[in-house]
Amino acid sequence: MIATESLSKRFPRVTALDRLSVDVGPGVTGLVGANGAGKSTLIKILLGLSPATEGRAEVLGLDVATKGADIRERVGYMPEHDCLPPDVSATEFVVHMARMSGLPPTAARERTADTLRHVGLYEERYRPIGGYSTGMKQRVKLAQALVHDPQLVFLDEPTNGLDPVGRDEMLGLIRRIHTDFGISVLVTSHLLGELERTCDHVVVVDGGKLLRSSSTTDFTQTTTTLAIEVTDTDEHPDGTRAVRDALDARGVTVEDGSGLPGAGHVLLLTSAGEETYDLVRDVIADLGLGLVRMEQRRHHISEVFTDNDAARKEAVGHGS
Amino acid sequence: MAAEQPTATVPGDQTRIHNIGYRSYDGPRLGRAYARRSLYSQSLRGAYGLGRSAKSKVLPMLLFVVMCLPAAIMVAVAVATKANDLPVDYTRYAIILQAVISLYVASQAPQSVSRDLRFKTVPLYFSRPIETSDYVRAKYASLASALFILTAAPLLVLYVGALLAKLEFADQTKGFAQGLVSVALLSLLFAGLGLVVASVTPRRGFGIAAVIAVLTITYGAVSTLQAIADVQSSSGAVAWIGLFSPITLIDGVQSAFLGATSAFPGGVGPSNGVGAVYVLVTLGLIAGCYGLLMRRYQKVGL
Repeated sequence: MIATESLSKRFPRVTALDRLSVDVGPGVTGLVGANGAGKSTLIKILLGLSPATEGRAEVLGLDVATKGADIRERVGYMPEHDCLPPDVSATEFVVHMARMSGLPPTAARERTADTLRHVGLYEERYRPIGGYSTGMKQRVKLAQALVHDPQLVFLDEPTNGLDPVGRDEMLGLIRRIHTDFGISVLVTSHLLGELERTCDHVVVVDGGKLLRSSSTTDFTQTTTTLAIEVTDTDEHPDGTRAVRDALDARGVTVEDGSGLPGAGHVLLLTSAGEETYDLVRDVIADLGLGLVRMEQRRHHISEVFTDNDAARKEAVGHGS
Repeated sequence: MAAEQPTATVPGDQTRIHNIGYRSYDGPRLGRAYARRSLYSQSLRGAYGLGRSAKSKVLPMLLFVVMCLPAAIMVAVAVATKANDLPVDYTRYAIILQAVISLYVASQAPQSVSRDLRFKTVPLYFSRPIETSDYVRAKYASLASALFILTAAPLLVLYVGALLAKLEFADQTKGFAQGLVSVALLSLLFAGLGLVVASVTPRRGFGIAAVIAVLTITYGAVSTLQAIADVQSSSGAVAWIGLFSPITLIDGVQSAFLGATSAFPGGVGPSNGVGAVYVLVTLGLIAGCYGLLMRRYQKVGL
């Protein structure tokens, strides 16, 4: 779908992309990086809107330097920022954007009705966008990126500003774009945990350099961490400690969640899969403690880097 | 979400109604030229508030009526009194109603470009198959067309009225044609100036004020200076001063080449030599506005 070869973009004072070579296949791909890591610059170059300083890039087999307009006809783009005029209705706006992508008027209307329904906008689509909630606006932004049935969409921080429920709905929608609609997705985020659940493949960039590119299963193997919190009982006045000792006895390495909210009461352990969940459940049940929570930790981008060697750590230090 | 799913109590029905699956699109994709035309027609309709809220239709429609009403009255008078000629030349009409035209430009130029900047819709356009030049051309052409409709419609009313009043056909047709050329130039010039000023600011209010300032202050200054020059009977200076405001520029061009009587003090327009300078300056300004707009949007990426 996307292939870049030592792609660089230098501005007078900043190097936004530094010899980035990456291959992205069909499916949902996450592009992770801190703010200023070069994600938006990469999208801009891939849309053929900004020339690369050196190197080359292809999208759908088309060279970005010469075939920009052809690429933009087959690719959708959802920007990070607000981009919706408040005084028109979602239908009106999306129809216009469909025509801007080259769809004839009748097709534009049909596709708009379809797409708005798929992203979950119903009756409210006839009302002016100004009165929409953030979640609804994000859906309109997504609809305009999908309305011309592209082969690939770029979604720039689609979960920005959404509450947890909205976030989950948006992530589910992104998953469906590939599974149900057959459209490949490149989605950016600075939250790795979010992308882990949604993407087939994750690319991590920092300071314009490629840090890591691998399938999500690779990531989850090394990074899935469980956080557990238990109650205290009379029998075990320090329940956390008891669980820890019991797990240690069974050969599971446990760390205390220092630095996290509720530190001292939270235990972190690396999950090896289903059996870890079962083990934790059994251990806690045997001790007669109450399980307050057991959840997959949301990873912040920086945690990927701590797994890597010292040199990369340093690079992150510079980047953030 | 509940409101749009009245059948939610019957899950089977709901699935059948709402989940008909994703349909892909295999139809034609008409590409860049079509996208540019779409933007043009959307902007042109927008310039009269069509496809926008009822509130935004009020001003442009009102100005359109105000533009045409005097023409209708003149025609009525001409027909009723069986006059030999229309009370006002075709070329003079736009000059008399310049305040209305300025108001229209001031209200619609920011509507056309400042909105896109303010709500950051511009990057969305550039993620489509169009290029910078397509955006600029579509916006420029749409506002110029909207202005042409505004200024040519009353001329058409005059012309049809003149024919109904059985005024001399050849004479009227010639005047009408000259009038059309003049308002076409005026539309291009005013649209260009309006868009250049409006594209600088994402704030609509500033845009409106700035366009009005550019169009009226220059006219005020130029006509004052012309009046002073006329009193001091240096009629050569009157013609040269006229180069410095858009409406006197159009006045100069049409009194030199389009058989109009000048609205300059003393009623003496520029001679053919100076008139050529007027034409060059007008065309130069139009080209300059286009160039500035291109430069302005070169930088607006994502």
